[in-house]
Amino acid sequence: MSLLEIRNLHAKVENHEILKGLSLTVNAGEVHSIMGPNGSGKSTLAQVLARRENYLVTEGEVLLDGKDLLAMKPEDAACEGVFMAFQYPIEIAGISNVYFLRAALNAIRKYHGKKELDAMDFIPFYKEKMKLLEVDESFMTRSVNEGFSGGEKKRNEILQMALLEPKLAILDETDSGLDIDAMRIVANGVNAMRSPDRAIIVITHYQRLLDYIVPDFVHVLVDGRIVKSGGKELALTLEEQGYVGVEAEASATAVAV
Amino acid sequence: MSTDTKIIDSLVEGEYKWGFVTEVESDSAPKGLNEETIRLISTKKNEPEFMLQWRLKAFRHWLKLEKQEAEPKWANIKYDAIDYQDIIYYSAPKPKKAGPKSLDEVDPEILLAYEKLGLPLNEQKRLAGVAVDAVFDSVSVATTFQAKLAEIGIIFCPFTEAAQRYPELVKKYLGSVVPYSDNFFAALNAAVFTDGSFVYVPKGVRCPMELMTYFRINAADSGQFERTLIIADEDSYVSYLEGCTAPTRDKNQLHAAVVELVAHDNAEIKYSTVQNWYPGDPVTGKGGIYNFVTKRGKCEGVNSKISWTQVETGAAITWKYPSVILQGDNSVGEFYSVALSNHWQQADTGTKMIHIGKNTRSTIIAKGISAGHGQNTYRGGVKVLKSAVGARNYTQCDSLLVGDKCGAHTFPYIEAKNSTARIEHEASTSKVGDDQIFYLQQRGLPKEDALSMIINGFCKQVFRKLPMEFAVEAQKLLSVSLEGSVG
Repeated sequence: MSLLEIRNLHAKVENHEILKGLSLTVNAGEVHSIMGPNGSGKSTLAQVLARRENYLVTEGEVLLDGKDLLAMKPEDAACEGVFMAFQYPIEIAGISNVYFLRAALNAIRKYHGKKELDAMDFIPFYKEKMKLLEVDESFMTRSVNEGFSGGEKKRNEILQMALLEPKLAILDETDSGLDIDAMRIVANGVNAMRSPDRAIIVITHYQRLLDYIVPDFVHVLVDGRIVKSGGKELALTLEEQGYVGVEAEASATAVAV
Repeated sequence: MSTDTKIIDSLVEGEYKWGFVTEVESDSAPKGLNEETIRLISTKKNEPEFMLQWRLKAFRHWLKLEKQEAEPKWANIKYDAIDYQDIIYYSAPKPKKAGPKSLDEVDPEILLAYEKLGLPLNEQKRLAGVAVDAVFDSVSVATTFQAKLAEIGIIFCPFTEAAQRYPELVKKYLGSVVPYSDNFFAALNAAVFTDGSFVYVPKGVRCPMELMTYFRINAADSGQFERTLIIADEDSYVSYLEGCTAPTRDKNQLHAAVVELVAHDNAEIKYSTVQNWYPGDPVTGKGGIYNFVTKRGKCEGVNSKISWTQVETGAAITWKYPSVILQGDNSVGEFYSVALSNHWQQADTGTKMIHIGKNTRSTIIAKGISAGHGQNTYRGGVKVLKSAVGARNYTQCDSLLVGDKCGAHTFPYIEAKNSTARIEHEASTSKVGDDQIFYLQQRGLPKEDALSMIINGFCKQVFRKLPMEFAVEAQKLLSVSLEGSVG
């Protein structure tokens, strides 16, 4: 059984159809990259998988480990192992990062009937991950994302991912707003998370991030559908020909068939 | 449907968990307010003559005010007219002697009620480190740790007892900060107040435990009019807590209290309130407590300090402005407030800092949360008199909106008559965003926990000022009061 099975997914936002029959299979252990022009539906796909409420699914199905993902509330999807690294991480004033991280981890542990961690037990958990993401202690005591630089916010997303150990991680344009150093740190964090029982979907505009996080598969999303899939070299083709070129080629192939 | 719409739709689910009624036989005065009522209260309380005379003067003043405009009309609140002749002004559980002698004499039903409220009064179970004065309707039913406090000279007793045993102190300070002529409700309270707490901390004594009064309205159709007077003599310190709840009833009940604080040279008073009166029916807005309260402290001595911290989650209407008169040079006044208006609640609350002495300093941190159809108003005054050379004030006033049917309003008044004064005012209004809730949900937190986390973060500056046990209580209370605020 695949970890994630998306079949003929159609989704609307404010009565506007964005996804128009998207199908995708992702197995545990794989890294998939979804690339595509602005407005093609990349972020919509991420939001639908994370179960954001105002994204309305009109057709199709999504199975996570064989379970109906579309029937889940956002928190249940999270507890079932779906993690989304936000393109624009949200600020929560007055709540320290460490408190937030522990609350999130405990919510997931509770869901699985595991013992919740107290503040002391939690320390070894996050210390190790902090090293991975090259963040210092003050990072944990500051309010969630408040006053964080763009790079810090993205590192914080990956830190959360490292702590929550999801089955399926979706990185929504995690490279946007990152300089080369920050990109390297973030990519290191993500690469450390690659494992045979975890899948990662990297959503990006640019090939650049894929130099650091090398995908097993690349999919090109245009107008709500995957028009072409391939290996990591497809990203390079895209870089050369642009989305328009690849799309033209894809539709030519479709006609020929 | 967006989260906001759902927030509104599900607001109805909040439940008030302190709404039970205790079955006790009461000794009540007939409804209505006249000199007869006041004489009856004074007789029941076995008061010295000067108290009766003061009450009667207050009553005559109140009658005048009632003819003029009755309640002050400037507050941003709407409510049905109050019929002052339809209220019971004295209601005490039987049997009742001059004052509580021992716990054995207290009706077990009442003891049970306090236990249900999380405040066991009997020796084995009582809270360590907190002395409690339990006020049930019009009387104090028990005061714990009294004897222990007396050993170091601290007086902590029901007001009634203070008037009998320490008439000189009461005479000297009663009305010295809030005179009966102060306002309509202060006049009413002075005329009919029934009990409350009295605290005197002598020179150089640091009160070793938290003092607490727990006000419980139980009887139907009655009002609660308590009066608290706290005096901190030179170089002393006291931390005082106040909690309040009432049963669920259809009819509005009036609570008009007065609190006076006096801090002498180098003394400090910390006064914390967690107010959780019955807020009224969540769907219809019917019932609930009308909470009209006058609280004021006077920093009479040099280097004295008065700090108010309040968490106002209950009551249908809250009208309350705990203030500080900064008379002594270098004195400090603080006001930390969280006010929540959910469902149909209305709160018009804030503070007044009156700078008279040199180098007086004040800090105001006010956090207003509006949800459902709630209306939340911050009203604050900072007044610097000519004499207040070097006075400083910092005000921060933040409003948080949950949903789109509630309102937040801010009325800051600033008046400076001394050019050396420094006054800062910061204000913000924000809305709990769909994206904030979704972010926390995406990390595994249920929606309710997500909202509660956002609100707790918003209130953090104030919660930090509460004594430990109270801070935990306040957080819990806030999440219960917001229960059902998200779908």
